[in-house]
Amino acid sequence: MSKRETDEITGVETTGHEWDGIKELDNPLPRWWLWVFYASVAFALVYWVLMPAWPGINGYTKGIRGHSDRAQVAQQLETLREVRGEGAARLTNATLQEIEADPALQQYAMAVGQSVFGDNCATCHGVGGGGAKGYPNLLDDIWLWDGSLDGIHHTLQVGIRSGEPGARFSQMPAFGRDQLLTSAQINDLTDLVLVMSGQDGDRAAADRARPIYAEQCVSCHGVTGLGDPAQGAPNLTDAEWLYGDSREEIRTQIWAGRNGVMPAWAGRFDDETLKALAVYVHANAGGR
Amino acid sequence: MNHSITEPDRAPLDAILLYVFVGLAALGAIFATAFSDDRLFRFHGYLLIGAFTVAFALMTVALSSGRLHSAQERYADGVIRAGVIATMFWAVVGLLVGVVIAAQLAWPSIMYFPEHGWLNFGRLRPLHTSGVIFAFGGNALIATSFYVVQRTSKARLAGGAWPWFVFWGYQLFIVLAATGYLAGITQSREYAEPEWYVDLWLTIVWVAYLLVFLGTLWKRKEPHIYVANWFYLAFIVTIALLHVINNLAMPVGALHHRSYSLFAGVQDALTQWWYGHNAVGFFLTAGFLGMMYYFVPKRAERPVYSYRLSIVHFWSLIFIYIWAGPHHLHYTALPQWTQTLGMTFSIMLWMPSWGGMINGLMTLSGAWDKLRTDPVIRMMVVAIAFYGMSTFEGPLMSIRAVNSLSHYTDWTIGHVHSGALGWVGFISFGAIYCLVPWLWKKDRLYSNQLVEWHFWIATTGILLYICAMWVSGIMEGLMWREYTPQGFLANSFVETVAAKHVENVIRMVGGLMYLAGALIMSYNLWRTVRLPSPASAAATPAPALIPAE
Repeated sequence: MSKRETDEITGVETTGHEWDGIKELDNPLPRWWLWVFYASVAFALVYWVLMPAWPGINGYTKGIRGHSDRAQVAQQLETLREVRGEGAARLTNATLQEIEADPALQQYAMAVGQSVFGDNCATCHGVGGGGAKGYPNLLDDIWLWDGSLDGIHHTLQVGIRSGEPGARFSQMPAFGRDQLLTSAQINDLTDLVLVMSGQDGDRAAADRARPIYAEQCVSCHGVTGLGDPAQGAPNLTDAEWLYGDSREEIRTQIWAGRNGVMPAWAGRFDDETLKALAVYVHANAGGR
Repeated sequence: MNHSITEPDRAPLDAILLYVFVGLAALGAIFATAFSDDRLFRFHGYLLIGAFTVAFALMTVALSSGRLHSAQERYADGVIRAGVIATMFWAVVGLLVGVVIAAQLAWPSIMYFPEHGWLNFGRLRPLHTSGVIFAFGGNALIATSFYVVQRTSKARLAGGAWPWFVFWGYQLFIVLAATGYLAGITQSREYAEPEWYVDLWLTIVWVAYLLVFLGTLWKRKEPHIYVANWFYLAFIVTIALLHVINNLAMPVGALHHRSYSLFAGVQDALTQWWYGHNAVGFFLTAGFLGMMYYFVPKRAERPVYSYRLSIVHFWSLIFIYIWAGPHHLHYTALPQWTQTLGMTFSIMLWMPSWGGMINGLMTLSGAWDKLRTDPVIRMMVVAIAFYGMSTFEGPLMSIRAVNSLSHYTDWTIGHVHSGALGWVGFISFGAIYCLVPWLWKKDRLYSNQLVEWHFWIATTGILLYICAMWVSGIMEGLMWREYTPQGFLANSFVETVAAKHVENVIRMVGGLMYLAGALIMSYNLWRTVRLPSPASAAATPAPALIPAE
């Protein structure tokens, strides 16, 4: 049925099969290929003897090296605890003020804080804490809510508009969207805010808006617009803006009342981490 | 199946069966859509109604005008021509989406469209992976397997009209999967994202594919089955097995798109990666080895290097591959003994994989000059070289110590792309450059010069891509494991992302170059199809099947 022939170029015999003009040479397995294959099988056999490998009815073969991933992880965590030294234990027992007063302990808290901040807070507040549109800058001493050490600690625990019980909560109304004010009134109020913050605004329009401000805004932002950290109401007279200082951004805020959310971190971090994070944020903001 | 020859006036049985099936499917789709209160399910319901009704109408016309008879003395090439067109179409789509998501990674703040949720990275990423693997790769495999099995069996495709069902059914699967991803329908299993009803549809199509392939082998007029067909068959059978088991799930309701996996916890993860790794092994390796075993010797006009090597590496490959999945779950909740088996079987897989490389490369002995003169051969040889490189890199990365650095990093992405762009892409492009003149009866490609351009632009693109991913992957792995002297992690995740910016830009440029190559190829193929046919082909009808001696 099949006709073996010799390939002219290589001098090797074919197997005699042919499909659509394709023939096959009868070369042996390359020696090096075979030996490396055997070697990889030998490696596997040795590895199975040394390490946990084959399942049985009751458990699995443990391997003569007695290696265990779980034991190794426990040991690595222990090493880490040793490297971190006594700081962790001291953090548990110290108050926030005691941590700030002790340079060594504060340094330790800062190391913890930086690590935790990078993977949890930086997403919104930026790697350095410089903030972004809608996310406050944490590097200055201007605070929407209580910026004392205890105040920051509390904010971290409960969050802002987080939905957790006891969360810090305030709500800027959507004056335009909810038709509390007319579009013209909101234009006038925008000019008033621009004038209050020392920017270019239409003074006549600002004056028209003063009665509206006294009626609608004063309870949170205050008579002179200095704001109220107890209610999370921003100061309207400074150069620090959460969403931007342009006419469009200010008008949008009055119209739609954007209210940002910060998660509550109590229950996600242990007490030591929360303390360290508060100390870290407080120190970055100037420590006042 | 001989109706068409003996009674040419009556419609063949296979076509009538298909007609009834499509009609029932249209009816089923209408009822399912009408009774469902799930918005996303209805969206796909409308798609199915559209597809089945159009198919039913077209078949009505075809049957009543006496078409759908299959001429047993000719090869069925129409479905392969359609497959080649679909392959190139989905290649361009899949690569384009890849470039878009690479740009999203490089410039996340510019390429982020919160108001168009369907354009977000999370929706587009499975569109890219499925588009390239299943739409481009799957169509390339189906089309070439239909070509190869006919030629090496000297038999027309079995099943009459059913190969067309396989083709169109598979396109429908792709459209259902792709629109589902954009609409947010996903079961969140990597490379198996489509939901339960799409999985069921693919199962039907795949069983039809298997039967067509087996039926053709059954009818063969050659004493032996050619090696390419072993690989294609292993691919078809194993993908069916993997697909069915990994997608075992309980739908929330019969008319609801959502389902829940039958497995939970680490068993679920292992089932998924048993599937995921063997999708690489049997879809992207075995299937494309089948392609290589036909097109490389055919194009080089040389015999296959070693019959014995093809037997030994085939059986060792399919026996060992199926064990290697756990290496995707090193250092997780997966028991360590399972990780050991995954790693050691991956290492034993090295030589069985390389057997294919040796057989492919050594087939060129005596024809090495063609590397210089024939850019199509060069493309396939470079594909085999990338195959060799990534099947060495794979076992290397499966070693637990290496994996502790490489896992979850861009290194893995680079590894996948040296396999996907280098091996799968280039071997398919090579095969299609061969197929188009053969199928459309031309004596040459429109331009070898354009193949040269395609080859060099795409090869440079791959190298840029994988080198950038090696650099960023290793950097990222080192940054993740770095501790400060006080014993805290030195880098936050977002800092490691920022550090990869330049590499991400290079990766996008590499992808863009690869896409440019595919566009050049599409233009070249289109011009080839439009070339005047040589006089010899026009004068004589398509070559009839030669009876076996």
